[in-house]
Amino acid sequence: MNLNPRDQVMEAVRSNLPSEKVAYPETPAFAKTITVMLPAFEERIREAGATLYKPASLAAAQALLEEQYGDASVICSATPDLKGNLDIHSIKNPHDLADVDVGIIRARFGVAENGMVWLTQEDLVVNSLGFLSQHLVILLQPTELVADMYDAYMRVFLDDTAYGCFMMGPSATADIGAVLVHGAQGARSLSVYLV
Amino acid sequence: MSSKRVDVAANAAAFIDKDDIHEPFHDEHLWAARMKRDAAARAVPEWEALRDLASQIKAHTLTHLDHYLELFEANATRHGAKVYWARDAAEHNQHVLDILSSRNINSVIKSKSMLQEECNMTAFLETRGITVTESDLGERIQQLDNQPPSHIVMPAIHKTAGDIAEIFAKAIGTDPNNADPQYLTEAMRQDARQRFLKAGAGMTGANFAIAETGSFVVCTNEGNADIGASVPPVHIASIGIEKLLPKVQDLGIFIRLLSRSALGTLATQYTSHFTGPRNGGELHIILTDNGRSKRLGLPDFWHSLKCIRCGACMNTCPVYRRSGGLAYGATYSGPIGIILDPTFDESKYSELPYHSTLCGSCTEVCPVKIDISDQILKWRKVMAEKKYLPISRRLAFGAAGKVFEHPGLFHGAETAASAAMKITPHFLLYNRSLNPWGRHRELPHFAKQTFREWYLQYKQPDKEPSPKEL
Repeated sequence: MNLNPRDQVMEAVRSNLPSEKVAYPETPAFAKTITVMLPAFEERIREAGATLYKPASLAAAQALLEEQYGDASVICSATPDLKGNLDIHSIKNPHDLADVDVGIIRARFGVAENGMVWLTQEDLVVNSLGFLSQHLVILLQPTELVADMYDAYMRVFLDDTAYGCFMMGPSATADIGAVLVHGAQGARSLSVYLV
Repeated sequence: MSSKRVDVAANAAAFIDKDDIHEPFHDEHLWAARMKRDAAARAVPEWEALRDLASQIKAHTLTHLDHYLELFEANATRHGAKVYWARDAAEHNQHVLDILSSRNINSVIKSKSMLQEECNMTAFLETRGITVTESDLGERIQQLDNQPPSHIVMPAIHKTAGDIAEIFAKAIGTDPNNADPQYLTEAMRQDARQRFLKAGAGMTGANFAIAETGSFVVCTNEGNADIGASVPPVHIASIGIEKLLPKVQDLGIFIRLLSRSALGTLATQYTSHFTGPRNGGELHIILTDNGRSKRLGLPDFWHSLKCIRCGACMNTCPVYRRSGGLAYGATYSGPIGIILDPTFDESKYSELPYHSTLCGSCTEVCPVKIDISDQILKWRKVMAEKKYLPISRRLAFGAAGKVFEHPGLFHGAETAASAAMKITPHFLLYNRSLNPWGRHRELPHFAKQTFREWYLQYKQPDKEPSPKEL
């Protein structure tokens, strides 16, 4: 018998399977600990190191962006809701986003339990925008919130997108002296505009 | 690979003796992580139910692993990923090399992957002319210091900021006298970014693989795995066959458990889901066995395959916290290492099961309820049966066995022990090479009366000892 590595691994797994078969458990519907979602979301995303803004309109958000990042030379927006000065749709190569100062992305929804926002490849247009940009601005409609991770995964459709990320704040590390530092490799800061 | 037996107790003693800074720092920071974990767990009312569910989902998947592997492969392939299979480290590394060579790629960036550590992949690639750069800060520190990670979540936690300042000064020219974490992190960010932009491939591991969709999930706090996956044109993911979960909805449970258990945070900053190649990219998935199927066939030990690599057992372990992870001389350290490492090499890691107080704290914090401390005890039995015990322990345990078999002997021994303690020369108990453990501990004082003597004296129901007598 001359099996290829795939069949050999499968054969090894089959011949070693435990004799008892454990059934897939029923997951009960746990009582929700968060009932009012927005304040919880705001608190949690601040704890994760992000800053939160509540512009009254998209026009106010645009003004806020200009006020916050007046010095930035390259601003790239992946959402038609805010304007930058580099057209994401002109980008052919992920490396072309290496000098972006501020990346702007609209998230699909946020999670009140921990302050995460859900971004997909379709929202990022070019995935590297989310990770090469020095600073990120995330737009999120304050009504688009779910209570917890159970509900969050009800809104995640992995078959429909090659890449999806729950982002919870700026890049963080505590690898040196157990001291928290933001901006390890990804974005140095993350601003959430609730609009 | 050398299979010289790891003398973990001597290695731990060396870490403790190094100075008055490293071991207390290590102990303190890991204990802080344990305390944060407790607070995070307490804030989730269904925490214990989640641990049960996670354990059952893993047990279900592992007892139907052939089915879920086939499902994962079919779905990942349907989404455009190329799936490879590797029986062992050599096959895994060869797949990586073949993918890179056929595309003329000579530099890769990688995020943390314990499986790639297991396979000793970096050394394999580097001797074949491929530059490998760790993108996780802690892993990069370890790489520059030519050491493996000492903790599965905090790879350089045994080092102080001062140690890292010295390493960075030599490697990337920072000021050796500036140990400010902000300064050092920024310096490495600048250095790493150039490497990110030049790399021909990004490599990751996976925290979870989802059979239902053929997806896998990578959790990081730095965003380094995402840079590796989104910037170079090729993404290679190494996935152990035990990482599977049946459904997307299972992630709701596991993501809630993982980071709370690891660092006491609600989640990692980035929880990334990969399903097929990104726009304009290639995705290669290497499903790797490397001893896992064999472990699945061990009735006493297959539950160790549930491990989600959170490190909670390490943070809570009183022995690990004082020893430092490098003392274990293995890919996996701490309590989980004690039960995983012997499945790779029983002789080399035969001392590890004794590097535990069996206090059971690891079992209490494990988010997937692996019976870690029971398995440590069972490994001791395996080592004893296979005569891996060092001669001193074999004699001691052999004698203890005889004494416990014969109650008469035990009673005599009990009173004799206390007498022996008085006459055993201190240098024998605390000799550096004979007993490295004794060096930092004083023996307890024996009770004036044995329990048996006390019981015989007071066993009559009407004879209560007065508080003074106690």
